[in-house]
Amino acid sequence: MSSFLAIPDPQAARRLFLARSGLVLSGAAVALLAGRDALAAKSGGAKAADARILNTALAAELEAIAAYQLGAESGLLQKPVLDLAVQFQGHHKEHADVLAKTVHQLGGKPVSAKSKYDFPVEGLKNQTDVLRFAAKLEQGAVSAYLGAVPLFGNRDLSKAAASILGDEAMHWAVLRQALGENPVPVAFVS
Amino acid sequence: MIRVAFAAVIAALAETAAAGGDAARGEELYARCTACHALAYDRVGPRHCGVLGRRAGAVSGFDYSDAMTRSNLVWNAKTLDRFLADPMRTVPGTTMTYAGVPDPKERADLIAYLSSAKCDRPRG
Repeated sequence: MSSFLAIPDPQAARRLFLARSGLVLSGAAVALLAGRDALAAKSGGAKAADARILNTALAAELEAIAAYQLGAESGLLQKPVLDLAVQFQGHHKEHADVLAKTVHQLGGKPVSAKSKYDFPVEGLKNQTDVLRFAAKLEQGAVSAYLGAVPLFGNRDLSKAAASILGDEAMHWAVLRQALGENPVPVAFVS
Repeated sequence: MIRVAFAAVIAALAETAAAGGDAARGEELYARCTACHALAYDRVGPRHCGVLGRRAGAVSGFDYSDAMTRSNLVWNAKTLDRFLADPMRTVPGTTMTYAGVPDPKERADLIAYLSSAKCDRPRG
């Protein structure tokens, strides 16, 4: 996927084609391509607001990548849990990549990864600790995306954020399962 | 005048609600915050230890938005209740791009938890 907005449907394919044709897709252009003139007419302020939401999500994704790196390098994870952690980290890298590209498309400056993250390493003594730490991050990510979905001016971005939310929820469920907990304890996330 | 009185009533209600919050329930609800926050260390958002009574934008070394730094808020039950209800409306330009916690009881529970939480690092 080359952009947060390039989701696999005909509209997205059209955007992707245009993007690869060398056209820069502004937020307004995306809205026009999606057939939502009202969104396209939104001000630069609306685009800036969307970019700010995406940048906060990007910062959290970059931190998640670092957290999984910490877990993978800790020596505390055994296969197949280690493979799972690396796979989930890969998803977060994909999220971060498309979020950064979309912030850029919207005229914003994507945030960068911190040079150092402050994780509670003193509390990570075994595989269960690492899994619990990761599950907590993924649960928080579900809530964060849920709290972001209704905020976007551009509904395409809400749809894309919901797509990521679904992926984070799967991570959370699998991690709960690995911890021996009910993987899906509730009918609704909050 | 009526507006001022109304605001005072709302503020009093918020204080009362926070005072009656369930910290244990608040700890459960705090899981929603853990994509970006921790009690004892800074993450995407600043640490929450000692937030009650702290001026907004005042955690040393944390890179706040200009909006938060200039908000002139001091975090207490009333201001936290208002911010948690609708962060982006309370502090336009904040990087806490979250729709908010619409349920007053849940906000009170969260504030009760933040008021009572211990700050030993391993809890995160």
